[in-house]
Amino acid sequence: MTQIGHNISLPERARRIRRHALRMGEVQGQGYIAQALGIADVLAVAYFHATTYRPEDPEWEGRDRFLLSIGHYAIALYAALIEAKIVPEDELETYGTDDSRLPMSGMAAYTPGMEITGGSLGHGLGIAVGMSLALKRKGSRSYVYNLFSDGELDEGSTWEAAMSAGSYKLDNLIGIVDVNQMQADGPSLDVLNFEPLGLKFEAFGWFVQRVDGNDIDALVEAFDKARHHSGAQPRIIICDTKMAKGVPFLEARERNHFLRVEPHEWTEAIRIIDAGATA
Amino acid sequence: MRRSKYERPAHLIGNSGGPRLTTSAMIASIAGADQPTRPAPFGHALSALADKEDRIVGLSADLAKYTDLHVFRAAHPDRFYQMGMAEQLLMMSAAGMAREGFQPWVTTYAVFASRRAYDFICMAIAEEMLDVKIVCALPGLTTGYGPSHQATEDIAMFRGMPNLTIVDPCDASEIEQAVPAIAAHRGPVYMRLLRGNVPLVLEEYGYRFELGKAKLLRDGRDTLLISSGLMTMRALEAAEELRKDGVDAGVLHVPTIKPLDEATILAECAKQGRLVVVAENHTVIGGLGEAVAATLMRSNVRPAAFRQIGLPDAFLEAGALPTLHDMYGISTAKVADRIKGWLDG
Repeated sequence: MTQIGHNISLPERARRIRRHALRMGEVQGQGYIAQALGIADVLAVAYFHATTYRPEDPEWEGRDRFLLSIGHYAIALYAALIEAKIVPEDELETYGTDDSRLPMSGMAAYTPGMEITGGSLGHGLGIAVGMSLALKRKGSRSYVYNLFSDGELDEGSTWEAAMSAGSYKLDNLIGIVDVNQMQADGPSLDVLNFEPLGLKFEAFGWFVQRVDGNDIDALVEAFDKARHHSGAQPRIIICDTKMAKGVPFLEARERNHFLRVEPHEWTEAIRIIDAGATA
Repeated sequence: MRRSKYERPAHLIGNSGGPRLTTSAMIASIAGADQPTRPAPFGHALSALADKEDRIVGLSADLAKYTDLHVFRAAHPDRFYQMGMAEQLLMMSAAGMAREGFQPWVTTYAVFASRRAYDFICMAIAEEMLDVKIVCALPGLTTGYGPSHQATEDIAMFRGMPNLTIVDPCDASEIEQAVPAIAAHRGPVYMRLLRGNVPLVLEEYGYRFELGKAKLLRDGRDTLLISSGLMTMRALEAAEELRKDGVDAGVLHVPTIKPLDEATILAECAKQGRLVVVAENHTVIGGLGEAVAATLMRSNVRPAAFRQIGLPDAFLEAGALPTLHDMYGISTAKVADRIKGWLDG
């Protein structure tokens, strides 16, 4: 459990993560902001309920490893890292600019708290398998979380890793898959049908939960169950999320994999998010 | 050009041809009949090193037996990880283990590491300068099973990958020395592996392996052969053949392809009046030959002539290894013949 800010509610954490992400999006005028808004609740629960880390020491050996396989979701993870005080808030205005520690696609060498270089999709889960094996070798009790996307279910490497995690019974590995039903070329199930997803992971030997990824109470329960499940098997939380969650006029856009947002719309989006402030 | 698959073998429809060799096992021995060899030098060297270094783990993609990693598996069963026939996962999981402080040694065939797992080596391992050692059997033309197993372009692919060190050892003693040297180097390394009963060639030259160093094994006035891997063995044998014909041939062994020991190569090539021949068990595209040529051009060093001995830019045929080595000009006899031809021409 983190040692900071227990007085701030998880919905408020999620709201702030959305706000940080919108402010970064505003710097660029466009980006993967719909994914960031959609995954904000998952990140709030991950960083302010489930995982253990030390903001002042991002490479502390006792931390849980949180891998971002989907490099283009970096804007979302930066927002969480800022909220977790691993990255200073004033750096969000450098997002995607020259000399920034917050490049458009997440890379381990650039950003404190960024465990791996994502972006070439389908890498995270396999790296997580290696880290989970290594942590067991070291006798560590830390968990490895890998956040990946429904689009990454298209990649064969994801399934090599899924089979391996089941085969090695990696009970220290928790996969989180963001099913937001949108890929670069359109709705995910039109691009390649990955359903029935829960049954697939179950068949690969995983402990499967599927939740509304924008329901914080459901997420808290799912993360708790994933950690405390007694079975010797890897765990997966399939999170059905809504693209651009929290900003209705962006939610309504049909094609929102990569959003272009007008200057006045950023102001409006942030106003909508701020209206939900509770603390 | 191979004949049509609808034409029957020539000897079945006529009287042509003599005895025909058989392809033999997947990994044909490259040792000559009376050549001294040592068994599984990589497996034994890694096992011995792992006795001293706890950080070493070994990973296989269902080819431990064929990459000599089975020796390590027997010696250190708790440090051996079977990742299944999944080369992408092999590289990803090695990256994860290296991130946690271990030094993974992963083995598979060179074709699978280069062609199938390239992105995973590149982005999960090399981009982060992770300490993963990739050791691959069947480099170049060392199997008669055809293009599916012949890694004729692995060096061309891997030379383009930043941060990656590339090693192509010649014999058993060099593999034994290369293993601890590669372990001591912090960062990703790709090593081409000769496995099974591997010839002993270099000891009589008083040779010691140093990562990043080219070494002159013999000097010669008329021609200089620059070579790596098993072609150094061929170059040394060819030099002996040439000596009988009064040709004085030197051999510069370049086991580290990247980073290239440009200083030694330039110094040797600057000695005037010699034909320089680069011999490699690899396509002539993108390997040691082109690396040496570019080095010479950049530094304005001009030997009397420059030639390449290597595999053609083609998918190679299946068959017996001696037949194929002759066909593609990398057998000792063909190397010697071609050099004589160039010197006479």
